[in-house]
Amino acid sequence: MSESETERTTEKGDDTLPTGAASVVAALEDAGVEAAFGVQGGAIMPIYDALYQSDIEHITMAHEQGAAHAADAYGAVTGDPGVCLATSGPGATNLVTGIADADMDSEPMLALTGQVATDMVGNDAFQEADTTGITRPVTKASYFASDPDTVGDTVGEAFALARDGRQGPTLVDLPKDVSNTEDVARPGPAEGPETHVVPDEADPDEVSRAAHALANAERPVILAGGGVIKGDATEELRQFAVDHGVPVVTTMPGVGAFDETHDLAMEMAGMHGTGYANMAITHCDVMLAVGTRFDDRLTGGVDTFAPEAEIAHVDIDASEISKNVHADYPLVGDASTVLRQLDDALPRAPDAEGWRDRCLHWKEEYPMDYDAPEDDPLKPQFVVEAFSEATDDDTIVTTGVGQHQMWAVQYWTFTEPRTWISSHGLGTMGYGLPAAIGAKVAAPEQEVVCFDGDGSFLMTVQGLSVAVRENLDLTVCVLNNEAVGMVRQWQDAFFEGRRMASEYPWGPDFATLAEAFGAKGFTLDDYDEVADTIQAARDYDGPSVIDCHIDPREDVYPMVASGGANGLFALQEEHL
Amino acid sequence: MTGELPGPAPEERPHPSGRRNKQGIRIDPEAESEPEVRREVLSALVDHEPGVLAEVSGLFARRQFNIESLTVGPTAAEGLARMTIVVEETDPGVEQVKRQLRKLVPVHAVRELDAATERELALIKVGDDDPAGVAAVAEMYGGEAVEAGPEVVTVELTGTEAEIDAAVEAFERFGVREVARTGTAALAGGTEFTAYDDTTTDD
Repeated sequence: MSESETERTTEKGDDTLPTGAASVVAALEDAGVEAAFGVQGGAIMPIYDALYQSDIEHITMAHEQGAAHAADAYGAVTGDPGVCLATSGPGATNLVTGIADADMDSEPMLALTGQVATDMVGNDAFQEADTTGITRPVTKASYFASDPDTVGDTVGEAFALARDGRQGPTLVDLPKDVSNTEDVARPGPAEGPETHVVPDEADPDEVSRAAHALANAERPVILAGGGVIKGDATEELRQFAVDHGVPVVTTMPGVGAFDETHDLAMEMAGMHGTGYANMAITHCDVMLAVGTRFDDRLTGGVDTFAPEAEIAHVDIDASEISKNVHADYPLVGDASTVLRQLDDALPRAPDAEGWRDRCLHWKEEYPMDYDAPEDDPLKPQFVVEAFSEATDDDTIVTTGVGQHQMWAVQYWTFTEPRTWISSHGLGTMGYGLPAAIGAKVAAPEQEVVCFDGDGSFLMTVQGLSVAVRENLDLTVCVLNNEAVGMVRQWQDAFFEGRRMASEYPWGPDFATLAEAFGAKGFTLDDYDEVADTIQAARDYDGPSVIDCHIDPREDVYPMVASGGANGLFALQEEHL
Repeated sequence: MTGELPGPAPEERPHPSGRRNKQGIRIDPEAESEPEVRREVLSALVDHEPGVLAEVSGLFARRQFNIESLTVGPTAAEGLARMTIVVEETDPGVEQVKRQLRKLVPVHAVRELDAATERELALIKVGDDDPAGVAAVAEMYGGEAVEAGPEVVTVELTGTEAEIDAAVEAFERFGVREVARTGTAALAGGTEFTAYDDTTTDD
């Protein structure tokens, strides 16, 4: 495509700003940004120099991946875009994993990257990378800001785009000469691009049809996805489910959308979901799916997913409708709005008492139970439950990725939205600690607990230096089984036990490592000490790390084999 | 390994009889049912600026959409370009293509064209051992020689994709040296407005 030089005529009144960088920071301030996470570097220095004058709190991270994860978690906790900054080249490429993570989980995030001066772009200059090109596939939009007089407006647009509609990460690449240009126009208010349509109400006819299908259902189920939480539709969803007696299954990002202590709560479905959740979605005849993209970890093989169900699919992103699973009733709109529409259109509650009894029966038949013999090494489930019982409902849990993540989601009792902060779609090991930092900055009054694996923790452990410097009161519990345990579990189940590159007996003493960073370290390997150690770690005013030596023989069940049928979940290895 | 949970084994549980196909559509469990692939012409109005083509082609590559051709050029509207994209996809696939395209910030409208006027331009370089034969075939397809030099003649012609295919085949007897084709450009038939966005789900 040929370049068209569109002449921008910007009204520069008396209201100018000293530099392009000042315009960027003004745009952030105008958008209500209170905190940003980043790492300094050559091409981003002008932006940092402008931040020097700003009230925006900047948290210097130890690695750009951590900056992106912290911003991601900040967005997940607050609902507003988290901001991360990095310099050009390696700084920007280090962000990519965190941006991709946010893209998969629809987390609102704005990444600002330094770039070499516009006249050097394309020359393979020092610390140059094609940041917009690299990040385009993993953002809602990646902007290259080439005009000093509109750079602030571009930042505002990117912020609004990350926040509105289906949330996600956006990026603005900021060439150094643009940031350094003097005497630029003040940016206007943050507005998304005119081509970005944000639906609100779903088509009334479709709503009516879906409502009638639900009213006539004998075995209705609500599937609550991450979009329920992102769309602040938790209240509407709970009311709808309770008022009309519909059991609720969640996806993994949807954990917290429904109170797991409620009778109607079937908890999480999918690969490591509960047996009862998987029975419910396998046998339902009408499914109201809200804010979910039917990821393969949820559906198992699509051929066997909810095979007898008519599906009403509520999503703010039209492209998710019938992408993986066909929607009989497509409802494109905002989750809370559409749930209210459905509530108004529902002729009567479904007659589903027998179905609810079956669901309760499944909860008894497939309990999330485990043995914890005193003479065995510590069971991770026991540790998670002990933590869960000791803490308040609004405690935020972050995790890395692997077995520890599954035990955390299975055995912690979640009752509130925005308390389960994890890497779902991308499955990024190393997410836990930087996410805990972002969560604590976002919600300093709430307790933050990070469950990590020994493998995951090692990937971003340098974040401890940040937690110590900022004196962030968070507790890391490393469920240490001296392995990348999920890989080891798969090797035992599907590779005849050939444990190639999965065992980590050379791992560090994490308590000592924590102390080296200036954090508080604990070691835990006895049932008798679980309660006291958890108490001491939580009481410590600052970051603490519990190196929790768990039973390396423990595996994660239930499990639906990859591409398998949810209803055939394995309760032990022999079932696979 | 430990971690076993109580409960009936998989074979002891009730199992539903339904089934879905690869597209996630519920089907008769006994039937084999996969939707057919169809050729569809899409027209998209996009910002006429650098990077847009990369964004669109990147989307197609990433989502594994089957694309036969993509052309782009400026329109009568200032700052807008038109992309004509020929895809070969199932019904759900065509829907996905349109919806994913609409999500891109530089994309203003996407339309599936029925009864479209489609044209493609081709330059075909053939050997000139038989100039009269080449001229006759060119005339038959409404083309003309635009360059004649020693040993070769370059013929320019426009037509539908199928006509160009047929012409290239007809020229084979003279020895086709090189072909350059633009891919399909298209507009909606009659008074219909190509730029209209069919965002509804009932195309």
